[in-house]
Amino acid sequence: MKTSPSAQTSIEIPPTAGFPLVSQGEGAKIAARDVNVFYGDKQALRNIALDIKPNEVTAFIGPSGCGKSTFLRCLNRMNDIIDGCRVTGSINLDEEDIYHRRIDVVQLRARIGMVFQKPNPFPKSIYENVAYGPRIHGLARNKTDLDEIVQTSLERAGLLGEVKDRMDQPGTGLSGGQQQRLCIARAIAVNPEVILMDEPCSALDPIATAKIEELIDELRQNYTIVIVTHSMQQAARVSQRTAFFHLGNLVECNDTEQIFTNPQHKLTQGYITGRFG
Amino acid sequence: MQILFLIAVVLGLMLIGFRFGRLRSVRVTGGDARQLHSLPTYYGLYVALWCGLPALLLLAAWMALEPTIIRMIVLDSLPPDLLLQPDGQTINDARLSLLLTDIRNIASGNIASQSEPAVIAAAGRYASLLQVSFGAMVVVVLSVAMGGAAAAYRFIAPQFRARNRVENIIKMMMVACSLVAILTTLGIILSLLFETLRFFTEVPVTEFLFGTNWSPQTAMRSDQVGSSGAFGAVPLFAGTMMIAMIAMTVAVPIGLLAAIYMAEYAPRNVRTVVKPLLEILAGIPTVVYGFFAALTVAPLIRETGGLLGLSVSSESALAAGLVMGIMIIPFVSSLSDDVITAVPQSMREGSYGLGATRSETIKRVIFPAALPGIVGGVLLAVSRAIGETMIVVMAAGLAANLTANPLEAVTTVTVQIVTLLVGDQEFDSAKTLAAFALGLLLFTVTLVLNVIALHVVRKYREQYE
Amino acid sequence: MATVDETMDTRSAQAARAAQAGRSQIAETVNAGLGRRYRSERRFRAYGVLAIVLALSMLATLFVTIISKGYTAFWQNSLNFEVALPADVIDPQGTRDPKVLASANYLGLVRDALQAQFPEVDSRQERRALFAMLSDSAPYDLQDAVLDNPGAIGGTIKVRVSLDDDFDMLAKGHINADLPQDQRRLTDVQVAWFQSLEQRGMVEAHFNTALFTNGDSRQAESAGILGAVVGSLFVVAVTLALSFPIGVATAVYLEEFAPKNRFTDLIEVNINNLAAVPSIVFGLLGLAVFLQFFGLPRSAPLVGGLVLTLMTLPTIIIASRAALKSVPPSIREAALGLGASKLQMILHHVLPLAMPGMLTGTIIGMAQALGESAPLLMIGMVAFVVDIPNGPLDPATVLPVQIFLWADSPERAFVERTSAAIMVLLAFLVFMNAAAVWLRKRFERRW
Repeated sequence: MKTSPSAQTSIEIPPTAGFPLVSQGEGAKIAARDVNVFYGDKQALRNIALDIKPNEVTAFIGPSGCGKSTFLRCLNRMNDIIDGCRVTGSINLDEEDIYHRRIDVVQLRARIGMVFQKPNPFPKSIYENVAYGPRIHGLARNKTDLDEIVQTSLERAGLLGEVKDRMDQPGTGLSGGQQQRLCIARAIAVNPEVILMDEPCSALDPIATAKIEELIDELRQNYTIVIVTHSMQQAARVSQRTAFFHLGNLVECNDTEQIFTNPQHKLTQGYITGRFG
Repeated sequence: MQILFLIAVVLGLMLIGFRFGRLRSVRVTGGDARQLHSLPTYYGLYVALWCGLPALLLLAAWMALEPTIIRMIVLDSLPPDLLLQPDGQTINDARLSLLLTDIRNIASGNIASQSEPAVIAAAGRYASLLQVSFGAMVVVVLSVAMGGAAAAYRFIAPQFRARNRVENIIKMMMVACSLVAILTTLGIILSLLFETLRFFTEVPVTEFLFGTNWSPQTAMRSDQVGSSGAFGAVPLFAGTMMIAMIAMTVAVPIGLLAAIYMAEYAPRNVRTVVKPLLEILAGIPTVVYGFFAALTVAPLIRETGGLLGLSVSSESALAAGLVMGIMIIPFVSSLSDDVITAVPQSMREGSYGLGATRSETIKRVIFPAALPGIVGGVLLAVSRAIGETMIVVMAAGLAANLTANPLEAVTTVTVQIVTLLVGDQEFDSAKTLAAFALGLLLFTVTLVLNVIALHVVRKYREQYE
Repeated sequence: MATVDETMDTRSAQAARAAQAGRSQIAETVNAGLGRRYRSERRFRAYGVLAIVLALSMLATLFVTIISKGYTAFWQNSLNFEVALPADVIDPQGTRDPKVLASANYLGLVRDALQAQFPEVDSRQERRALFAMLSDSAPYDLQDAVLDNPGAIGGTIKVRVSLDDDFDMLAKGHINADLPQDQRRLTDVQVAWFQSLEQRGMVEAHFNTALFTNGDSRQAESAGILGAVVGSLFVVAVTLALSFPIGVATAVYLEEFAPKNRFTDLIEVNINNLAAVPSIVFGLLGLAVFLQFFGLPRSAPLVGGLVLTLMTLPTIIIASRAALKSVPPSIREAALGLGASKLQMILHHVLPLAMPGMLTGTIIGMAQALGESAPLLMIGMVAFVVDIPNGPLDPATVLPVQIFLWADSPERAFVERTSAAIMVLLAFLVFMNAAAVWLRKRFERRW
């Protein structure tokens, strides 16, 4: 995540930028308050406050380098593995601060799964890819259990039909869209509460993209989904709520319909009408 | 020294040729260098190259061929009875080379001569031939240099494409340089193969490859063909393999774990300190390791073994193998480090994102992904362990024992090559030829290992590019 | 699409409830496994630390052993005493002709002087034991002193003469005087004599210049590394003179000119393989080709340099190619765009930018050549050479081979000198590698 020099000069965002914050604990799955992120001495995110509701798809949009991916990675503490990255403020998952000392990052990530920009199946068989999570967490008591988890996960990811005859072949041999669905299956195999998706379709063709979007829509019945996307159309298609980031600030967050039809902030308007991006 | 002087003269001529070529190129255009096809420097270079190159090449060829030709002339002129043994047979090559050495030494005045008059006469002839040859060489080389320069000088004209010519010559020289690599390989193969074939006319291939008795020393006792010692190389292979195995059991776990720690755990500042320190291990000359093995490690192991009631040879395979392992650690670790860092970051993120700990990610994702590359690196390390010489020469034994006990002394292929060839030996005895056969074997095995390893590593790299 | 689906059917509601129920169970399972997983994490991490600590402690052991064994070699104990110089022994005619002075019986004089210190010693056997204290080079020390100062003839001269290495070791404490005499190289009487000389202040420790100014010797006290150092310099000079131009030319050709075809592939494969061929094989090549076929002299630094050239070429070529690769194509395009010929583009723009990388690779190659010994054994550079070589065709040895030769000698004094020679060799290598690092740091460019 690069921050351009202009990010240092903060733009004035009115604190009431039109996002109706659910007061903490009132039905929000994830509640972030005063989140600041620094890479070394560069500030990547400023004072983010945001609620993510359960069983909804929340989309983060904004121009490149605006901090949307950085914020996404704060939600399951993936930024921990980056040298020199510092997060302040609080992010609550079910009213528990995930940055609290007591919280175990391994356990946290079992609850908040993640799907990445580029499909990244492990260089193992399809079966082993999906079985990886249950195996490391010890979720299956025996082989039958594991088989079942793998089956259901693949089925939920809509991939089972395509791969059930070649479960022992390498996951890297699948097409891009199939790989991404494999990664989704891998994520849901540990049955997380939240799934974070970082531009999951940016490396895919339109047909594969459509399949993934369909899948996301199905998945939200069981999971809370947060998706970062550079495509406004995608945000409009799959999400119920949308948050617009710009230069490390959260400019506006609202129902998707509202954002796209009646943006409150000039910057949002400029972005969705394509004046910059 | 005289030769160096001649080379210096040729270089001087080149410089003069350069100045004249440059001057002339300007002069042929009446002082307006813009009419020239190329810059004046190129005309100078053209002359200089034509002056120096053929002359120097000729000089090199002359020096390479001179000894052989003079040798032939001198031998032809020797009285025939000198070349015959008392029983009327022609003397063998070894005697012949001794005779020639005598002649050469007398000719250069190193030895007060008490040899036969024929030999002294031959020495005189040898010395005069050397003089004549040198004189002729000076004349020929210098005239070629002048002639080349003069011819090139006459070519200079405004339309003459000096730059293209010069560039072509330079390009040819670069091609010639890159041929050195091929010639080296060819030289290795041919020289080893040639001597090995001669060895196999004296010792059957099967005995060499499958015999279990190695005692080449007896070959020295008499120079009758056929009564040479035993050349069964199996004990050498076994010894080499054992020491290499011990080395790998030290180097692979330590090197690999160190690499993993450096790549996945170590904070940046630890990395910047520890990595160069590990590389120091790779930069220490092997003779130092040999000294360390022979003087410190071997006695230590012996004493420790003594305390435990084991009898340990003072030249145990264990000592040599351990120290060789230390030497190979940085080799394994830097190759593994490269391979591990080449595993894409997205693999790590995918695993962390599912809630895996670092070690789970390493053991279940990164290590399997890096395995082909690591195997390639380990193969390269094995080939290095097999070919390592000084440590085993200094710390392993000479006796060819066929044993599986690492506390006993074993010998290796490289040790035998060194012991067979160090010192003044007749070049043609089965004993020295055996060294070449061992060398060929060593070369073949390491070559195969390297080819496989490089192939595996390259395939691995391509996978993630 | 963007609105919440309100017709959530009962089936999916059930699934959701099941998922919810499953989650708490999963959380419990994950929680239960955490302790074990973190223990295994810590264990694994500890293995890594252990591996590094092991490797570094081996490095430390190596250095500590060599330094502790060798640091005493940098000084030397000598006998410093008055020697009578009767004029009738040295120069009966009084001509002061240096030739006459040089041929006097200095051995007798030194012995007499030592005998004078112990008048009680008179049996032949005892005298022999006493004179064993003097190095073989002691008469020459006296000779030098007299030639420097002919005025002292007829009187006495205070002179420093070399001790035999065993007594030097005794003075340095490497021979334990407390052991019974059959377990050490010196007898009790000898030790007593020496200690009495020490008490009289006649044993003087001084910097061991002989180590740096002498060639090899069978006597440890006068063995030095100068011959080997000079030999090494000749070898490395020959190697550098050949391998740098050839290596750079090859790299430039392969990187900038060579068409991509079978032939250049062959060259590439060759270079990569040569880089991993055991060094001793290069020695065999040198023996068969340079010595047998071309008839070059044995033990000559020239041949050593040729062999090491072939050995280091791959290193230099690979480093040079990497340096050329790192020069961005935009520089090449800019030069070609101005109408420079390809060669001009390379000579004027690419080579200067790649030069630091090439030099770094060359220095590393030279360091490799400087430390190499196995192939040199094959071409006879292992001979015992006392004289310091004057040219690349004189018989010579090199520093690593000198170490190898000395390591074979059992005397404690040679162990000490071997370690000292290793320190000198390592100092050279450290210097060269530091130069390489400095070059890389100084000229490193990020594009």
